[in-house]
Amino acid sequence: MALTLKLNGETHTVDAEPGTPLLWVIRDELKLTGTKFGCGVASCGACTVHLNGEPVRSCQTYIEDVEDAEITTIEAVGDDKIGAAVQQAWVELDVVQCGYCQSGQVMSAVGLLSENPKPSAQEIDDYMHGNACRCATYQRIRAGIQRASDILEG
Amino acid sequence: MTINTSRRGFLKTAAAAGAVLLVGARTDGALAAASTETAQFNPFVKIDADGTVTAIVKHFEKGQGPATGLPTLIAEEIGLRMDQIEYEFAPSNPQVYNNLLFGPFQGTGGSTAMANSWLQYRQAGAAAREMLINAAAQSWGVDASGIVIEEGIVKAGDKSAPIAEFVAAASQMEPPAEPRLKEPSEFRLIGNDAVRRKDSPIKGNGQAKYAMDVHLPNQMVAMIKRPESRGGIATGFDDGASKAIKGYINAAVLPNKAGVAVYAENTWAAIQARDALEVEWDMSGAETRDSDQIKAEIMAALDAEPAYNVNKADAAAVSATIDGADKVVEKTFYFPLLAHAPMEPLNCTIEQTSDGSIVLHDGAQMPTGPHMAYQQIFQLPPEKIQIKTMLAGGSFGRRATPDADYQVEAALAFVVTDRSRPVKLVWTREDDIRSGYYRPAFGHKVRVGLNADGTIAGWQHQVAGQSIMKGTPFEAFSVHDGIDHSSVEGIGDSPYTIPDMAVGLTDTPKATSVLWWRSVGHTHTAYAMETMMDLVAEAAGRDPIEFRLAHLADSSDPDQARKAAVLKLAAEKAGWGNAPAGRSQGIAVHKSFGSYAAEVVEISGDPEIGIKIEKITCAVDCGIAVNPDVVRAQMEGGIGYGIGHAMRDQITLTGGAVDQSNFPDYEPLRIGDIAAIDVHIVPSAEAPTGVGEPGTPPSAPALANAINALSGVHVAEHPMVENGVSFV
Repeated sequence: MALTLKLNGETHTVDAEPGTPLLWVIRDELKLTGTKFGCGVASCGACTVHLNGEPVRSCQTYIEDVEDAEITTIEAVGDDKIGAAVQQAWVELDVVQCGYCQSGQVMSAVGLLSENPKPSAQEIDDYMHGNACRCATYQRIRAGIQRASDILEG
Repeated sequence: MTINTSRRGFLKTAAAAGAVLLVGARTDGALAAASTETAQFNPFVKIDADGTVTAIVKHFEKGQGPATGLPTLIAEEIGLRMDQIEYEFAPSNPQVYNNLLFGPFQGTGGSTAMANSWLQYRQAGAAAREMLINAAAQSWGVDASGIVIEEGIVKAGDKSAPIAEFVAAASQMEPPAEPRLKEPSEFRLIGNDAVRRKDSPIKGNGQAKYAMDVHLPNQMVAMIKRPESRGGIATGFDDGASKAIKGYINAAVLPNKAGVAVYAENTWAAIQARDALEVEWDMSGAETRDSDQIKAEIMAALDAEPAYNVNKADAAAVSATIDGADKVVEKTFYFPLLAHAPMEPLNCTIEQTSDGSIVLHDGAQMPTGPHMAYQQIFQLPPEKIQIKTMLAGGSFGRRATPDADYQVEAALAFVVTDRSRPVKLVWTREDDIRSGYYRPAFGHKVRVGLNADGTIAGWQHQVAGQSIMKGTPFEAFSVHDGIDHSSVEGIGDSPYTIPDMAVGLTDTPKATSVLWWRSVGHTHTAYAMETMMDLVAEAAGRDPIEFRLAHLADSSDPDQARKAAVLKLAAEKAGWGNAPAGRSQGIAVHKSFGSYAAEVVEISGDPEIGIKIEKITCAVDCGIAVNPDVVRAQMEGGIGYGIGHAMRDQITLTGGAVDQSNFPDYEPLRIGDIAAIDVHIVPSAEAPTGVGEPGTPPSAPALANAINALSGVHVAEHPMVENGVSFV
């Protein structure tokens, strides 16, 4: 069935059955491959996107539930100043290793800084708990969020 | 580990149009005119007419840093800034892009990428520099000795020009046979902490392309329905329910009957259609054992006469020495099966081009594996098979199967189609966790005798587990006189002074498919060695570091000296012995892949209520640290990988079927598990050695030693959470 999605500021009409995870529409239909498939059960966070600015796991978000939402993916999150600050911090600190989880890490980090501009280490650990990184880049993720917070503070 | 590149010549080629300078090492060691030798040409550095320099990277990038490290070597030798060099991954060609440590085999593993590229890539860069300088000398009429290249600018006195001006002329020159390598005092990039990863920007903004991101026109997605237990055979299927899934195309039993391939227009349709498929299995040859049985076999082997006397010691004499010692410490260890679980589930895409060639798009760790397998499967000569190496979302060993398992599976799923559409094979996380190729389960039984003066009198060490290397093409490298060195590495060859040591090994029957897993045998040998060292030090009433140093006292032995040095540095940086109230520390040190790593884990809490890992301090000696921040990152990651699995993870089997399936029951390390890691690099003038793996071996024993120091609980089996320790 045809569905209309508002994604990264543009309107897309996609052909997808109800029950289809948003992840696969983004990746396979819209060919935006920055959003990653890691587990399919909302346990790793690699597929994190924003729904009206809130991080969600797109592998467990169904297409029929997001028709009226503003969806943002990693490809567009840098257009916003928080996203740009996080991406700048990620490069400054060389947070990434294999990088496969990092789109999701960045999307969650932006979500955290949007609601808490100056998170403590404990608040970062609590918020980012669901974003797994098998390369274990965690302490750079923590430092990256703190660096982005400093960048935003100016 | 010796890398001899002295007999390697250099050659270059000049493309007729758009002068391009290519420089690389020849495989036969002789120089020849490029115009007739292009087929043998082996470029590591390419310079376009506009001066764009590209490093051809022969090692794949799974996060460990070669896409930064290898360009660093070339940029250093030519005289470039890091933003003046690009990189691309080498095509599959085991003769020209071989790993010098693997023979005629192209691949990444054993933490060798920098060790075997160090001289090769610097020589290629140095040869390019000398050719550009010689071209400038001719053009300017000045002596080459007065010309330098700095930040991409060729300079002599008041003359200067970008390298682009000399690419055409340089491409017509004979390459130098032995280009001069820069002295360490001339290094601007090697060892420079300010050098950033080349792949950071694209990995933080979603632009990085992994094999999972391949979308070829008209491609199908294939998923494989596999039996519950390894060894089951598909005898037929009913796809009636799959046909109701929109996007389902069809299904076919794989030629080897190991599963049924389900084809669909997209990934979600493939997932659903595979779930809906009913398959008839012949399970008569399938694995039926429980992991408890596998463990019992290993433990029984430890109590029997070992099949192999690893270090040719007189085991009876060693045993007698221990029996007669002042004190004896004895311990038995068990380490379970472990999955690698790289973040990017395994996948690859195959297409057939109009000339009948096969193209594989893959995060290929060992391109020679699928390259050879595909020659057989497709009955094609090597030049008709191309492998396009993509970025890889982690591996930890999993992408480097000697039998090219997933690439072969993709090929089998492709050959049963009419080949008109590309096939993208996608694994789910469940496929990844359940489909074998595990770190084998191992048991150790260790008996150590102490002299009255608190030194080690004798050490008897039995190991039992499934061999990784036997029956693979790597057997010749690792197995000698029946002994698979990867089962016992890090025990008998430990740098410690242990006067009377006997190491025995028994291979246990094949339980499942097994594979190297980040640091291979050191994953378990370092744990047994280093927790025993603590227990023995405790029995001797000595400080763990002082006790180790006493067994590393020969300063004329570089192995002992370097191991002692990292131990002292880690102790100093961690504030050994001065932990805040309520905290305890544990240390472990281990040599692997030519590098030395010592780690101090500092914890608080209580094993019953929950332990918190407050801080980990690491000291590493990996020779020259080409990219120090990449080295630190690899230590941080290696520590996390070792700690996370030791804390929580295991693969178990019930009736041959794997019990775990996804991250909820194979729980990864999470951000809150380790509060801080602090890495210190020992300054060195030695050639670079490994960094991808050496951070892992000391991490779990250092944690165990901290737990023992805190509570007197010695954890001898993994995972720790199943053996008396909880974490917060």
